[in-house]
Amino acid sequence: MNGVHDMGGMHGFGPIVREENEPLFHAPWEAQVRAMMVIARSRGYFTIDAFRYGIERMDPAHYLRAPYFERWLASIERNLLENGFLTSDELDDRTEYFRRHPEAMRPRGVVTTPMPEPPDESVDSPLPASQFAVGDAVITRNIHSPGHTRLPRYARGKRGIVQRLHGPQIFPDTNALGLGENPQPLYSVCFDARELWGDSAEPRQTVSLDLWESYLEPASG
Amino acid sequence: MTYDPDQEPYVALRTKALESLLIEKGLLSAEAVDERISEYERDIGPLKGASVVARAWVDPDFKARLLQDGSAIAELGLTGGGELVVVENTPDEHHMVVCTLCSCYPWMVLGLPPTWYKSFAYRSRAVIEPRAVLREFGLDLDEGVTVHVHDSSAEVRYMVLPERPPGTAGMTEDELAALVTRDAMIGVAKVGGPVRHLQSVVPG
Repeated sequence: MNGVHDMGGMHGFGPIVREENEPLFHAPWEAQVRAMMVIARSRGYFTIDAFRYGIERMDPAHYLRAPYFERWLASIERNLLENGFLTSDELDDRTEYFRRHPEAMRPRGVVTTPMPEPPDESVDSPLPASQFAVGDAVITRNIHSPGHTRLPRYARGKRGIVQRLHGPQIFPDTNALGLGENPQPLYSVCFDARELWGDSAEPRQTVSLDLWESYLEPASG
Repeated sequence: MTYDPDQEPYVALRTKALESLLIEKGLLSAEAVDERISEYERDIGPLKGASVVARAWVDPDFKARLLQDGSAIAELGLTGGGELVVVENTPDEHHMVVCTLCSCYPWMVLGLPPTWYKSFAYRSRAVIEPRAVLREFGLDLDEGVTVHVHDSSAEVRYMVLPERPPGTAGMTEDELAALVTRDAMIGVAKVGGPVRHLQSVVPG
């Protein structure tokens, strides 16, 4: 989707602010969110692609305002709601309960849901043959799907050169929507900065992206 | 007791609520969450990556295997999810890594990412004005150097093999590893040489 998350090449975000001696987390809830995401994903409650898509579907103003791990929290919530693991009323009520009872402890309990087969993110079933080879010129498709994609806006409809073959990876555009893994060959494609940014490009620069085969068309000539 | 939003921000309450519901529903255990968090606390940051770099500096055969296929880190007992590609910085070619769409990062060798790597400023600017970004990090590259930006758009992770600094001949692998910084392995810095302590001149 043409979301605010697709930031490559945007202006206006100012200088890069670095924090000296930065802690790993700035508050305990951040570590809890990270842990919950990793566990939920490993137990198959949602996929990494659906998780990313959940962040992308945040209200854009909220996305820009929220600290990093709040965006994670928003997507964990959304995916668990959409997959029927809990309801927003339950979550609202429980949040209100902890607001009124800040001293309340989290419950203890054991996991009763069976551990699913670990998600198979390496693709080994019949390898689709790669259409492109290293050195081939390709043009990225000019797609504007409202769903999930890993082809950033700044690199659509651009000519590049295949630099490396990675072999098949799960296709995020369908996997994020629960429409199947549909593995495709993945390629590193190298773009000259002038192709992406025109005359405003800095001298002697390239950008490489890892792109799935269906993002690409052969470049003629 | 009145609620103080500064004391317990909404996201912290919401996180606690989510965790407690998942535990009640048998979807999650508190122990598993705590175990994960203590793993993060034991996170050793970029030390694994630094050991890979130091080995590549002293062992040209290893370096060749590493650049061919990042899974060569297994020779140092390192593993980690997904495919790793190591790209080499030279006097003429400078590589740097970003994820413009989210925050993909080679955590298997560098640990958890710093906040600046996940910031909107870095994500938006690294692909369109990398030299300006590098200058903010204190690295002013010569005009003749080509800058290669790797935007991590899939499940492949990138790590930069920085140039070995001058003045390090004869140093051990451990001493070399101690020079290597996280920022150099993201490609926003070079590795500095060993710090030379000036002899204090004691008047005789």
